[in-house]
Amino acid sequence: MQELRDRVKALLMDGTVDRVLGWKAGDLPYNPEAAYFETPESLTEFIYDGFCGANLSKMMIEASKLEGRTLVCLKPCDTYSFNQLLTEHHVDRNKAYIIGVACKGKLDIEKIHAFGIKGIRRIRGSEADVASGILQFETIYGEKSCAYADAMLERCHVCKGKEHRIYDELIGESKETKDADRFAQVEQIEAMSPDKRFAYFQKELSKCIRCNACRNVCPACSCRKCVFDSTRFDSAQKANVDSFEEKMFHIIRAFHVAGRCTDCGECSRVCPQGIPLHLFNRKFIKDINAFYGEFQAGEDIDVRGPLVSYALDDRKPGQTAERG
Amino acid sequence: MSIEAKEIFKPRIVAFCCNWCSYAGADLAGSSRLTYPADVKIIRVPCSCRVNPMFILRAFEKGADGVILCGCHPGDCHYTSGNYYARRRMTLLFSMLEFIGVEQGRTRVEWVSAAEGAKFSRTMNEFAEKIYSLGKNVRLEDLRCRN
Repeated sequence: MQELRDRVKALLMDGTVDRVLGWKAGDLPYNPEAAYFETPESLTEFIYDGFCGANLSKMMIEASKLEGRTLVCLKPCDTYSFNQLLTEHHVDRNKAYIIGVACKGKLDIEKIHAFGIKGIRRIRGSEADVASGILQFETIYGEKSCAYADAMLERCHVCKGKEHRIYDELIGESKETKDADRFAQVEQIEAMSPDKRFAYFQKELSKCIRCNACRNVCPACSCRKCVFDSTRFDSAQKANVDSFEEKMFHIIRAFHVAGRCTDCGECSRVCPQGIPLHLFNRKFIKDINAFYGEFQAGEDIDVRGPLVSYALDDRKPGQTAERG
Repeated sequence: MSIEAKEIFKPRIVAFCCNWCSYAGADLAGSSRLTYPADVKIIRVPCSCRVNPMFILRAFEKGADGVILCGCHPGDCHYTSGNYYARRRMTLLFSMLEFIGVEQGRTRVEWVSAAEGAKFSRTMNEFAEKIYSLGKNVRLEDLRCRN
C-alpha cells in the first residue's frame, strides 16, 4: 500500500493529475469509503486494503465533468465497468489516469461477523501486498483469526480474472481467486419447481426496503433520468407495499442493465438486507450467453451489446422453457 | 333457499399489436367475420419494439391475466429491424418471468401479418384457451390496483 500511496502522491505533486479518487479510512477498520484527495497532505488518509470493495468507476462520471485529470484506482473487475461506461460515452478517457491496483479478493464484513468475530479493533493481513492467507483480528474479546478465502465476497469466488482491461499503469500483483462456478446458483434455482422458485424469490425479495442502494451503486445504472424516480411510478422511493412491487422493481432494474452488466457484484455487496441481487443479473447473462453467444460486457471498448444488436435467426420468445 | 353466486372466470388479456401488421390483421379478422374472444383487449403500438418490458409488467400489475405481443414477421418490420430487437428483449423477459416462478404461457409473442386475419383469430383463441386453463393471475398482480 505504501508503494501505491507514494506513487499517487508523486503524480499529484508533479501535476499529472489534479485529484485522486481512492479510498479513505472510515470510522471502523472495515468500512473504508470512496473519497477525493486534492492535496498531497490529505493523502495520509489514503488507504487500500481488502475492504476497499467499492467500484470507483461510476464516480468517474462525475469526475469527468470536473476540470483537469482525475487519478482513479481500479481493481481488475472495476476496469470492466470503466470500459462499459467508456463505450456508453459516460466517462472521458482523457480525464482519467487509471492506476490498476492489485487485488487478491475483497472481504465481506458480514461473513466475518457470521464467524462470530465482532467488536473488531484492528485487522491484520487484509492488504493486497500481504500474502499470508490468514486474517487476524484484534477484537474487544481477544485475538481471533480466519482464512482470507472464507471471508471473501461472493463475487470474488467467481472472479472474472486478474487482468486489468484498461489502465495507465499497474501497481502490485493481483491474484486469481476463482473457486466456484459463476452460474451454479442460477442453475440450482432453475432446477427447482416453479412453485419453489416463486417461494424462494418471494422470500428473498420481501426483505427489500427499496433503499435504492443497488441502483445507485451500479455502474451500468447511470441514466440521467431514471424510471424509478418518476413521480408517476407508484412505487417511487418508498418501501414495497405489495409483493408485486418487489418483483417489478427487481426485474426492471436487472433488465435495464441486461447486456451491459459486467457482473461486478456491487448490487449484492451494498444491499443492506443481503438480497442475492446478482442472481437476476446472472440469469440474464446466462441467457444471453446461451442464446446469443458468449458475451462479457466491458471486456473491450466500443462493442455493441447483445440487446442493441440482433441476428436474423434468433430464437423466438417463449421457446426458452422447452429448450432449457 | 339461497342463490349461490357463481363467479365465472373472465380473463383479462392484453394484446399489444403492431400498427403495420397485427393491428391490420385484427381488422381483417373482423371484416372476414372471424371471431376471437372478447376478453382480448388490443392496444395499438407503432412497432412491436415500442413495447418495453415495463409495459408487460404494468399490464400484469393492473390485473391482466395474460399478455400477448403481436408484431410483423421477422424481415417484414416497417422500421426494418424493430421486431428483431423486440424478439431479443422478450426472450430475456419471458425467461426471467419463468425464472422467478411465473407460469410460462401467460406471455406470448406471435408474428401476424396484415394478411393473416385467420392466424390472428386462431392465435387469440388459443391464447385465451391457455389463460382459461391457467386461471387467475395471482402472482404478478398488484392488489391495490383492484377496485
